[in-house]
Amino acid sequence: MADILLDNVSFTYKNGYEAVSEVSLSIKQGEKVAILGQNGAGKTTTVKMINNLQRPTKGKVMVGDKNTKDYTTAQISKEVGYVFQNPDDQIFHATVMEEVAFGPRKALKLPEEEIKRRSERALELTGLAGQKDENPFELPLSIRKFVAIAAIIASDPDVYVFDEPTAGQDRAGLLTLNKIISELKEQGKTVITITHDIEFAIHTFERIIVMAKKKVIRDGTPEEIFHDDETLKKAMLKTPYAVRFARELELGETITTNEQLIEEIVRRG
Amino acid sequence: MADKIIELKNVTYTYPLASRPALKDISLSLEEGKLYGIIGGNGSGKTTLCITICGFATKFEKGSLDGSVLIKGKDVEDYEEGEVSRMMGYVLQNPFSQISGVRETVLEEIAYGLENLGVAPEKMEERVINIAKKTDIEELLLKNPYELSGGQQQRVALASVLVLEPEILIIDEPTSQLDPEGTESIFKIIRTLKEEGKTVLLVEHKIDLLAEYADEIIVLENGCHIKSGPTHEVLIQRELEEHGIQLPQISVIFDELKKRGKDYGAIPVTCEEALKLLKNA
Ligand SMILES: Nc1ncnc2c1ncn2[C@@H]1O[C@H](COP(=O)(O)OP(=O)(O)OP(=O)(O)O)[C@@H](O)[C@H]1O
Ligand SMILES: Nc1ncnc2c1ncn2[C@@H]1O[C@H](COP(=O)(O)OP(=O)(O)OP(=O)(O)O)[C@@H](O)[C@H]1O
Ligand SMILES: [Mg+2]
Ligand SMILES: [Mg+2]
Repeated sequence: MADILLDNVSFTYKNGYEAVSEVSLSIKQGEKVAILGQNGAGKTTTVKMINNLQRPTKGKVMVGDKNTKDYTTAQISKEVGYVFQNPDDQIFHATVMEEVAFGPRKALKLPEEEIKRRSERALELTGLAGQKDENPFELPLSIRKFVAIAAIIASDPDVYVFDEPTAGQDRAGLLTLNKIISELKEQGKTVITITHDIEFAIHTFERIIVMAKKKVIRDGTPEEIFHDDETLKKAMLKTPYAVRFARELELGETITTNEQLIEEIVRRG
Repeated sequence: MADKIIELKNVTYTYPLASRPALKDISLSLEEGKLYGIIGGNGSGKTTLCITICGFATKFEKGSLDGSVLIKGKDVEDYEEGEVSRMMGYVLQNPFSQISGVRETVLEEIAYGLENLGVAPEKMEERVINIAKKTDIEELLLKNPYELSGGQQQRVALASVLVLEPEILIIDEPTSQLDPEGTESIFKIIRTLKEEGKTVLLVEHKIDLLAEYADEIIVLENGCHIKSGPTHEVLIQRELEEHGIQLPQISVIFDELKKRGKDYGAIPVTCEEALKLLKNA
């Protein structure tokens, strides 16, 4: 069990640039949360503090009852798995299988049998079972992203952080991601996902955190967020089609998804 | 009839050591001054098509190519060194690979290509600042290109090619890491380029935006060219879903409404078309 708490956290990079300023957040074990917001808002910087790849310059980050400053990155990353925005920052093995087995073998030092079981399950879930002997660097970028995800799944942390897994994914890729997230949620895992894909966020998450200019500016349900024009504007987000069309047809502010829009139009005849 | 600026004749391309070709018997004929959207599932061959057109597939990847790629009627392999890169700008799918790493600031990084083209220093700065404004990276000009967020890097990579003002632009998923407003503004920039007479090949998964901006759509599946044509005509075909392609949300909404007995008389693919139909109903 690892509830996440960011208490008044700021982060300044070595060159003196403050990327995150006084952010407070709490995410309970088992929650599914999306983080949305403008480029450079501080999303990646924030989540890297959750798995201790970066330590706050101010404030504190708690993972369960652990204050991250008292632990190493290796210790915290057993509880919080982070999938990099650029998979090439993460992948370094010559085959997909070796990459995926690395965490269970080297970091967790599990017995061979368990390594095999976990790796196979991770490959299955990410749709990579048929590509386990391939060189990740000869796979398309979108598939390399799944290799990076599989590697974290094999390590089986309590909390998963996916940094823009939707980037460059096709229809099938988005469906696979959705399936992975639901499956992890069912197992009681926490899933935190940064994305710029509004439709994906609406359909996959019940809670959305919006960041802009180093801060969290809104935290709410998709319904709340996507009817709040001011927040959308500040965070460089856009109003979904369903909301726009519902306004055009004067159907009120209760419609957020395409399915709701269709239902309402049909209902009104 | 408009000039054919790029032609592919029965192009089959196989990467070194690969057991099967990544592009199979592709023939295409592209007109000057149009914006082409290239779509297809992951691994369908979009990036391979890009590198084949700019000649990188044989020059750098060193795979084997059958058939021919003609740029303005001349085989891409028959051009002098440097001539192709002046004529054609290529924005890589992974922005990190685009950044040269030889310069310490974003400003110098963007100017780097201009130096190589021999542009005069006074002109250079003007062009860099201009493109930085358009791509919304003015505030980053004095930063190190490696100390940026993913989306910022992607903007820098795009700017470093746009600044060269090539006649032909091949852009591989330039908005994959951009926020929604940023994405729309890149599409607007690309449309302006087209209006200036440039030819643009744009690989994108964001079908809703291609529906708004592209003139023509080229669909790839499993290395084969399975469909192409004017944007509207291609994007209302529901069977594209079976080829792993996401259809525009708007066409899906109207298609579903039609199935449920609300027929608006046509299936729109753009927001403007949709609003018109909704208002007239
Ligand atoms: N360097 C390489 N060596 C061997 N095979 C490769 C190489 N690069 C790509 N391929 C293969 O060629 C095929 C087409 O890949 P390509 O990268 O062109 O797809 P894509 O449509 O651009 O996919 P994505 O949407 O993921 O970017 C894939 O099967 C891929 O595995
Ligand atoms: N290594 C670094 N050194 C200095 N500044 C950095 C570094 N990495 C990022 N920054 C800056 O910190 C800010 C926040 O970056 P971060 O990567 O957290 O943004 P983000 O919200 O994830 O954006 P994106 O959507 O583009 O990925 C940006 O302004 C960026 O320029
Ligand atoms: Mg980021
Ligand atoms: Mg590609």
